This record gives sequence, structure tokens and C-alpha cells, in this order.
Amino acid sequence: MISFFQHTQNRSHYHQRKVGLLQRLHIDITLLVLLICLSSIGILILLSAGHEDIGLLQRQVTRLGIAFLAMLVVAQIPPHILKMFAPWLFILGTMLLLGVLFVGDMGKGAQRWLDLGFFRFQPSELLKLATPMVVAWYLAERRLPPRFKYIGFATVFIAIPTVLIAKQPDLGTAILIASSGIAVLFLAGISWKLITGVIAATAGLAPVLWGFMKEYQQQRILTFLNPENDPLGAGYHIIQSKIAIGSGGIYGKGWMHGSQARLEFLPESSTDFIFAVFSEEFGLIGCILLLTIYLLIFIRSIYIAIQAQDTFSRLLAGSLSLTFFVYLFVNVGMVTGILPVVGVPLPLVSYGGTSMVTLLIGFGILMSIHTHRKLLSS
Amino acid sequence: MKTSFDLKSSLHENRLFLSRSITLIIFVLILFVVLIARLTYLQIETHEKYSDLAQNNRVKLSVINPVRGLIFDVHGRVLAENNPSYSLELVPEQIDDISLTIKKLSALLPISENEITLFEKRRKQLKRFASIPLRNRLDDTEVAIFSANRHLFPGVDIQARPLRHYPYPELTSHVVGYVGAINEKELKTINPVNYRGSRFIGKTGVEKTYESELHGYVGYQQTENTAQGRSLKILSHTPPLSGSNLTLNLDIDLQRIAYDKLGDYTGSIAAIDTRTGAVRAFVSKPGLNANLFAKGIDSASYKALQSSIKRPLFNRALRGQYPPGSTLKPFFGLAGLEYNTIQPNDKINCPGFYRLPKQEHKYRDWKRGGHGMMNLHDSIVQSCDVYFYTLAHRLKIDHMHSFLSKFGFGQKTGLDINGEKSGLLPSREWKRRARNQAWYPGETLIAGIGQGFNLTTPLQLAHATAILANRGTAFEPFLLARINNTLIKPMPTLPVELNNNSHWDIVLNAMYDVVNGARGTARRIKEGAPYKIAGKTGTAQVFSVKQDEKYDEENVLEHLKDHALFISFAPAKDPQLAIAVIVENGGHGGSVAAPIARAMFNQYITTSP
Repeated sequence: MISFFQHTQNRSHYHQRKVGLLQRLHIDITLLVLLICLSSIGILILLSAGHEDIGLLQRQVTRLGIAFLAMLVVAQIPPHILKMFAPWLFILGTMLLLGVLFVGDMGKGAQRWLDLGFFRFQPSELLKLATPMVVAWYLAERRLPPRFKYIGFATVFIAIPTVLIAKQPDLGTAILIASSGIAVLFLAGISWKLITGVIAATAGLAPVLWGFMKEYQQQRILTFLNPENDPLGAGYHIIQSKIAIGSGGIYGKGWMHGSQARLEFLPESSTDFIFAVFSEEFGLIGCILLLTIYLLIFIRSIYIAIQAQDTFSRLLAGSLSLTFFVYLFVNVGMVTGILPVVGVPLPLVSYGGTSMVTLLIGFGILMSIHTHRKLLSS
Repeated sequence: MKTSFDLKSSLHENRLFLSRSITLIIFVLILFVVLIARLTYLQIETHEKYSDLAQNNRVKLSVINPVRGLIFDVHGRVLAENNPSYSLELVPEQIDDISLTIKKLSALLPISENEITLFEKRRKQLKRFASIPLRNRLDDTEVAIFSANRHLFPGVDIQARPLRHYPYPELTSHVVGYVGAINEKELKTINPVNYRGSRFIGKTGVEKTYESELHGYVGYQQTENTAQGRSLKILSHTPPLSGSNLTLNLDIDLQRIAYDKLGDYTGSIAAIDTRTGAVRAFVSKPGLNANLFAKGIDSASYKALQSSIKRPLFNRALRGQYPPGSTLKPFFGLAGLEYNTIQPNDKINCPGFYRLPKQEHKYRDWKRGGHGMMNLHDSIVQSCDVYFYTLAHRLKIDHMHSFLSKFGFGQKTGLDINGEKSGLLPSREWKRRARNQAWYPGETLIAGIGQGFNLTTPLQLAHATAILANRGTAFEPFLLARINNTLIKPMPTLPVELNNNSHWDIVLNAMYDVVNGARGTARRIKEGAPYKIAGKTGTAQVFSVKQDEKYDEENVLEHLKDHALFISFAPAKDPQLAIAVIVENGGHGGSVAAPIARAMFNQYITTSP
């Protein structure tokens, strides 16, 4: 026990000398630089994808400002306070979700928004953070790896928001929330036996369920899994997006020169399918660079998780890191046609406010975990 | 002790977390590589293909609708076909100002408010690049006018779309059925991919039952277009798969005779080939103009059909449940012989009424003065009610139910048209279940003459008559004869087996004498027939006007009249065709229903090989 603390103390002394001011402001400079890089690229590409709509750009910059501010504010909150609030945030989020289901604004055919008069709010965004927080809070109190009973309860915590959000229906967000909770379970050390068992059971059960379905239901799932079956319906997005990406080639057509997006072939070019615009204009080289920035952010985040002192912080940080990358993977996977279209934006680049704020608050939590640790030990 | 344990466990947790984190990093690296590999594939391997597609010329993907299968009658005459029809269609994506375009089009062609509303409704449902019809069924002049001005209207074009057409729209409106515009409910159950370009779907009859065979499978075409939307070059082509052509067992000549001979009556007729179960005529009158639906019926016409007192939308032959009346007597006679409750030559006196032991209530015969002494043969020939009251009383409802079940009463026959009704063959068990009441002996008597709770469809009657004519051999009634060139085989079902086969002769001889005997109730139709008919008449009481119908002196009188029924088969010694005729409010079976069957036999037996 002594040697463990000595080790961390030594390291933190070294860091403290180097970054005193940022430390006191609870800012992790590596993360901050990478995130600013990413959002700048986002603004650049939005200018092209949004057809040089200055109003659109202004709104996005304003949102980014608010989101970064929120990140810095959250970074000031020490992790043990976050832990204290975790169950309450989860309960609040779940209540709001139920509220949305019953009285939600039926905008866009899906019940997601809660109109609070002065602004509209998606409770599912709150749960993107509250779910991993509550699972981490719950498991942090147990001895790890958790016993089977505790895994069961944790699964219930994950299942409640997942099912409620999938019902909205917002499958993309439901997947993200489920994976954030599962990530916590995984990091908490559930046995590989259990993991393989669950995977095998799911694989075994799927054909049985399939057999019970009507032909048209099966067809819907097939179309969902392979939208190119339906080239004028669900497949239209994918076909156009693949044309955009593929025609970009290695070097791309150059900024503001992507014909697919500019000729309005590509639907949702400034939101969910913005990656296709980027690929068309910046080519494979640009894509690799962009994805590398995401990878670096992930690596820095997971590093923070490994460095974290208490179980709650570790589990939460690890989950946030993974969810961030899963976010990217689902979006790029769907835009390039290897995953079904589920409606997940490209993190920090797609146009749209709420998800950006949530993401950056997540990074605020990571920064808090990292910087408070150092202050504590000094 | 405790501390050292915590220390140990904490160290263990640290190690565990570190190993899990490393696993996550590896997992993420794999995902990263997957994405890079995918992008490399798209942007290097298939770059040229996509580069071509993204050229300055627009790539347009369009649906190629499959051709709906044709429907023929047994002699190859077309019952449903596809005729070309021209419609004026707009692609919103290619039009800058849609309302202005419509306004300019209205100056050239007569476009109604209704058409514009429908167009706007469709426009909201479909994608911007879809071609949406504004005006259907353009005539030649309209096509010519627009073609001359086409250059003024980018994004507007005339499309030739096949329209379903029924050469015998009224005759076949219930059996072949019709297609109509796909509605909200159907939208939820169809395969959205396959119906991407379809506007119509089978609504009733064969068109509905065999929808999946008739529809075929959708195709696609990717074309390179100019900015105005003209195709320059076909880039890829997935041909559609045409629907299958169906040949039915139906004989349109027989169908027409049946329909015409019903005259102004409402009613229904089913005719089944006894040798195979092939349905040769399937009539429900009044019919309706099926082509109205195929064109897309307007709501006023539809409401008129719905509210018509003769209920033309109702398929009587399939779903009409009528009291069978005396047409059940041959079946009950057979039951009496089989259960040994009567002997063929036992005589029963008919004084014109029947009384249950120790009861006052008189169950009357249709003939006031009675028939006198009757044996089984005579009681069928002259349709004596008292004989069958007595028989029913001895037989009991349980035996009556189980024996008639073998002939398919109270069950669906399995005809290949959706929505068949099962009729009702009453039993103790049914009454307890449906009404929560015990069975009364008086109800057995009424059931014995085919009244009371008994209900049958015309199809069931024809089916049961075919089994009777075949001396027990049974086939499932079937409309479909061939899909493309594949023959559909007759489907034998469980035959009716008797303990004593001579019982068939007794009952069939009686039916023979119904037509050919001196006192038979249908003796009038035997005149001049070169073959022999066997049959049984029936006259079913209509109890009361339904509550939901309005009181109307003329119609009520009409409504209170009895239904006339006739079941029959011919030739009597070597049966080919079984017919059941029901003429609503027609009066007596012998005088109204039987002549229709006779006309049909004339057609069928004299022309069939």
C-alpha cells in the first residue's frame, strides 16, 4: 500500500512543477488541445457541408463555446461529489425519460424531447453520463470482480434507460448507453466465462426469435442490416454516402469541392453524414489524420483512467473513453456502410448541440478525475 | 489482518483494471484498423467506380415495377390483365416551384382540385426524387398536348403505367376480386422493398389470396441523367421478376350463365367438379364493377357501394351464412340409416304436424294437411318435415352433429380465397359455449329440417353435395389450376365411409327422384334434359329484418320472403358437377333455384369433354 502511494506521489510532484496554473484550473492540456483541434476541423468541414451558411456556422460556434464552458465548469467538481450525485442524476434522468414517453413533444416522429418552455432538452443525453456513473457508483462499493448478484443489479441499471430510449425510438443512443454501462462492467472485471456465455446465448437465441417473426418483419430487419436491399428507401443514404467517400480517393477533391454534398445528393450532410463530406474533400489521408485525432483522444482518456486513484473514477473514466470511441466507430461505420444506419452523429464535428455538450461534459469529468487526483496527493 | 486483506484485494483490483484497460485499448485499435481498412477499400479499391458515379452528370436510381401476373379461366380466357395507362408525373427534386408548375399545367390540361390534393398528400409521403402522379389515365389528346409542351416543364413527364383491367368486371368481382390502392394498414404488413414502386395490391378474391405470386419482384435501374432529368445512359440494371400467371378452374361461360340466370335476385351459386374439387363457378350477386377499384375508386362511389341495401361488396358465396333448410334432409337421412335409428322401409305417418311426447307445442309440416304415410325415400322426394322431426328426435343432436361434420358442415372448406366463413353446425357443446345454455329437445327437431341454428355457406353446400355425389370421396374445393405452367394437383381429403354402402344408393335414388320422380319437388327441371339430374330443394325461412336496416315497406316485404335453395349434381349415375344455388327471398327452391342449376348443367355437361 505504501509503495503504491509513493509511486503516484513521485509522479505527481513531477507533473505539478511543470503545469501549475492549468493544474489549479483543473485543465488537462493534452485533452484540451486535441479537442480544440477536432472542433476546429468540425467547423471547417461544416462550412463546406452546410453550403457556406454563416448562420449555421454561428450557431455551431456558439454551441461549442457553451460546451467547452460546461466542460471547464464540470472539471472543477471533485470526483467524490460526482459519485455522491450519481444515483440522483440517474433517478432524475429516468423520471424525465418516462416523462418524455408520456408527454414528450412528438417532434420528428420520435418522442425524445422534453419541452421545458425556455429550452428543449433530451433526457437521453443526461443518461449518457448518468448510466455509467450509476453503475460505477454501484460497483465501486463492492469487492471486484463483482459477484454474480451485483452484476445482475448493475445490468438492471443499464437495461432501464436502454429499453426506454430504444422505445422512443432512438436506437443509436440506446446502443451508446448500453455500451457505456457494459464498459463499466467489463472494466470491473466480470469473468470472461460470463462474457463468452452471454455472447453465445445471444447468438443461439437469435435464430429462434427469427423463426417466430412474420415475413415482413424479417424483411424489415434484413433491410435494416443491409439497407442496400432498398435502394430508394433506407439504402439511399448509404449509396450516396459511399459514392461521396469513394469518389474522394486518396487525396480528396479539396476543401469546398466535394460535388456530392454540394449538389445536395447527400442527405443529412451537415449532421449524421458529415464524415462523408469530409472524406470526399480530404480523401483517405485526411480520414486517417482525423481518425488518429480521435484515437489520440481515446488514448489520453484511457491513460487518465489507468492513473485514477479510486475505483469509481477509474471505472467511469474508462467507460467514458470507450464510449467516445464507440461513438466515432458507429458513426463512421454507418456512413461507410459497414453498420446499419442508426442515427449517431460524428462526435464534436456533426452539426447539433445537445450531444456536443454531453460529450464535452464527459471530458470535463475526465479532467476533474485527473487533476483532482494530483491536488489530493500533493 | 483486515488491512492486509484490503491491501491484497486492492492490488488485485489494480492489476485487474490494468489488464482490462489494455484489453480495451487493443479492442479500440482493432476498431480503428477496421475503419481505416474500410476507407482504404472505398477510396482506393473502388475509387474509380464511385468516381464515375459522382461525375457531373447526375445518377438517378429508379424502380422498375414487376408486371403483375395475368389470370385466366380454365379455358384460357383472360380474367385479369394489365392495360397501359398514361399518367402525368412530377419529380419534386427537379422542379423549382411546384405550385407554379401545377398552375401552368392546369392551363394545358384539366387538372382538378382533388388531383392536386392527392398529389400533395403523396408528395409528403414520398422522397423528393420519387416520381409522383398528378393526373392518371390521360387520354390520347392529353398525351399529345403535353408532349408538345414538354420542354417547358423540366421534371414533369408522362409515364406509362400498366393498369389492372377486368374483362368481366361484374361477373368475377368476388371470385377473382380486384386490386386497389395500398392503404395504411396494408402498408404496415407489406415488404417495403418489394412494394417500393407499387401503388396497387390485391384486395379481395384470388387477387388477394395469391398476391405474392401475382405481384412479382421489383427491379432497379441506375441511369446517368442530365440536369433536366433525361436519361443518358443506363449504368446498372436489375430486372424485375414478373408475377406468375394464374389459371383458375373457373369456367367463365358457366359463371356467366349462373350470374345471368339469377336475374334481379340477390343470391349466390357455387359449382364444384365432383371428380377433382375444382371450383367451376363461384357467383355472388350483385357483383360490382371491379375496374372502378383497379383505377382507384373515389370515395363517393365507394360509399354508395357500402351503403347499398343489396350489399354488393359482400361475397355471399364465401361468407354468406344461410339456413340450409330442407337441403340437409338427404344428409340426415343417411345419418338415420347409419346409426340404425330408421330402416329404409319404415313408415311414419305425417298428419301435418309433430308433437314431442308430453308436450302441447305443434311442429308444423310445410304441407298443411300432411303427407300421409312416408318412408325415407318418399320423405326426401316430397320433403316431408314430420318424417325428419321424428328422425331427428330419435337420432339426437349429438349424432346429427357428428355425422354432418364429416361432410364439412360447420367448418371452412379450405377454398383458396381469404375470408371464408365456417357456417354453424349446432351441438350441445356449441350452445353451452356460445350461449351458456342447455340444449332443448325442440331445437333438435328444428335442426332436423335445416332450420334453427343451422347456417351454411353456398360453398359448403356445394362441397357437401359433391361428397354425397361421390359416395364419400372428398376433395378440397380449389380455384387455382395452374401457376405459370405448374399444375396444381387435386387435394383429396378424408373420405366419408359408411358401415353399409347400400345406404348411399337409398339416399341418392331419392335425390334422383326429387328431379325425376312424379312427385319430386324439382320435377319441373327434368324436361328435355339429355342427362339425369339428382338434387334436393330447400326453402329457408327468413326470421326477421335485421335491426340495423331501415324499415321500408317494399324492401321489408321482399326481406320477409323465404330463401330458395337447391343442391344438385349431374349426371346422376356418373357425377361431374355439383351445384348449390341460393336465391335470397326467392320463395320456393323447386321453382326458382332449380332452373338455374338446370341451365348450368346444360352448359357444363354438353360442352365439357
